Amino acid sequence: MGVDIYLDNGGTTKVDERVVKAMLPFFTEQYGNASSTHARGYDAQKVLNKSRDTIAKSINALDEEIIFTSGGTESNNFILKGIAFTNKKKGNHIITTKVEHKCIMNTCAWLETQGFIITYLDVNKEGFIDPQQLEEAITNKTILVSIIHGNNETGSINDLEALGAVCKKHNVYFHTDACQSYTKTPLDVKKQHIDLMTINAHKINGPKGVGAAFIRKGINITPLLHGGDQEFKKRAGTENIPGIVGFAKAVDIASEKNVKQMTILRDKLIEGLLTIQGTKLNGPLGERRLCNNVSVSFKAIEGEAITGMLDLKGIAASTGSACSAKTLEPSYVLMAMGLTHEEANGTVRLTISKDTTEKDVTIFLKEIKLVVDKLRAISPFKGDA
Amino acid sequence: MYSKETIKRFSDPQFVGEIEDADGVGEVGNMKCGDVMKMFIKVKDDVITDIKFKTYGCMAAIAASDMMCELAKGKKIDDALKITAKEITKDLGDLPPVKFHCSILGTHALKKAVEDYKSKQKA
Ligand SMILES: Cc1ncc(COP(=O)(O)O)c(C=O)c1O
Ligand code: FES
Repeated sequence: MGVDIYLDNGGTTKVDERVVKAMLPFFTEQYGNASSTHARGYDAQKVLNKSRDTIAKSINALDEEIIFTSGGTESNNFILKGIAFTNKKKGNHIITTKVEHKCIMNTCAWLETQGFIITYLDVNKEGFIDPQQLEEAITNKTILVSIIHGNNETGSINDLEALGAVCKKHNVYFHTDACQSYTKTPLDVKKQHIDLMTINAHKINGPKGVGAAFIRKGINITPLLHGGDQEFKKRAGTENIPGIVGFAKAVDIASEKNVKQMTILRDKLIEGLLTIQGTKLNGPLGERRLCNNVSVSFKAIEGEAITGMLDLKGIAASTGSACSAKTLEPSYVLMAMGLTHEEANGTVRLTISKDTTEKDVTIFLKEIKLVVDKLRAISPFKGDA
Repeated sequence: MYSKETIKRFSDPQFVGEIEDADGVGEVGNMKCGDVMKMFIKVKDDVITDIKFKTYGCMAAIAASDMMCELAKGKKIDDALKITAKEITKDLGDLPPVKFHCSILGTHALKKAVEDYKSKQKA
């Protein structure tokens, strides 16, 4: 293993040292329960409020609109199931897309077993949802629209403002899963007409197992977890104070400068990869692509073999190939974007972070060329046509 | 996830290539995930004297192709046809269950190459 280059930050990120440092006192010193009525409890309550304020401000929300959860999966489950069951009398129709994260897909599949009807919107070749198509899908039974903001596989950033305006016009709740885009792309719940939102910490150099749900003030939602009165009675369970503090610290650390730097490295990666014969970029170029995402398809070779060979060199990346999935099906997100089986199977996703360096990119580009040449020499197909 | 032997074969396969004047060529595709294997054999006095492969597929498929070639080389055709996917998997130091189908590919490719050889003999 020659190098140690981590290009799977869409999967998860390294926790920033400053985040760890901010969290540590809350394990062994200020370990109070925020519900307790003594000094340690009050301290915990204070830091909980402060963290909530940080998260709220970052998306132009009110403090009481932020509900801490155990992460993106829980927030998505809470919002979809909660809104569905609370509004059952109004209607049973939910609209989502064909390119959501598994935790939206499988929640919707479960809701179907509970009598809800789900419409899955198509995307175009670049992975975008068409607001007009959304409008056409809305019926008088529609209660909720859930659309991913930045796509975890292809980096496509949906136009929330346009989609949100359609939902507002028809008076249906608008939810967005912003786990990948949070702190990387502007999010403003007022401007973008967002009623509900999912975010988490471990994609932004924060800890795993903590996230938040934004629930616009006035929206009635039944909890997923019943119990104590925490989180405005919307999510029971003693708050994960160290995690929440870490989450807020990660938001503090995120900066415009980091986004700019990632954008430059992203484009350098794309440019370098496209000089290799028989490669194709998936998703858009420029502003409408997540600043840290690159997705390319290599002709004539298979993604698990590519990432496997990279891994042997000490480079971590991910793939949308069927061979890497337990189901032996290629990524449904890539298929929804109109890729052929072969293109989806030859897809590699590279996701950088604020800690990725120019040197990492240079080394990666050198190594990927070697890997592609080697695997194409093994392949019965031609890669350069 | 993969054994040392699988990784070694995948990173440095010994039997990759094509045989231009092959006596038999077999190509099979797997509908499961879309992998494809092409096998080339040279035969003399019923013995496989040379064998090469080209594979489009995952690490396991490439490693299994290489193992298949090694097991078949120098064997009488009939004996080579008896090589099972189980043997390939065992010699690779085991494969994850979801990858078993990748090793079946090798046995099918050899069978096709032998069929091709036999049909050419008849002609
Ligand atoms: C778009 C998206 N939504 C949801 C999740 C799930 O979040 P978590 O891992 O915090 O449960 C992820 C990442 O895993 C994601 O990328
Ligand atoms: S070739 Fe697809 S799983 Fe092995």
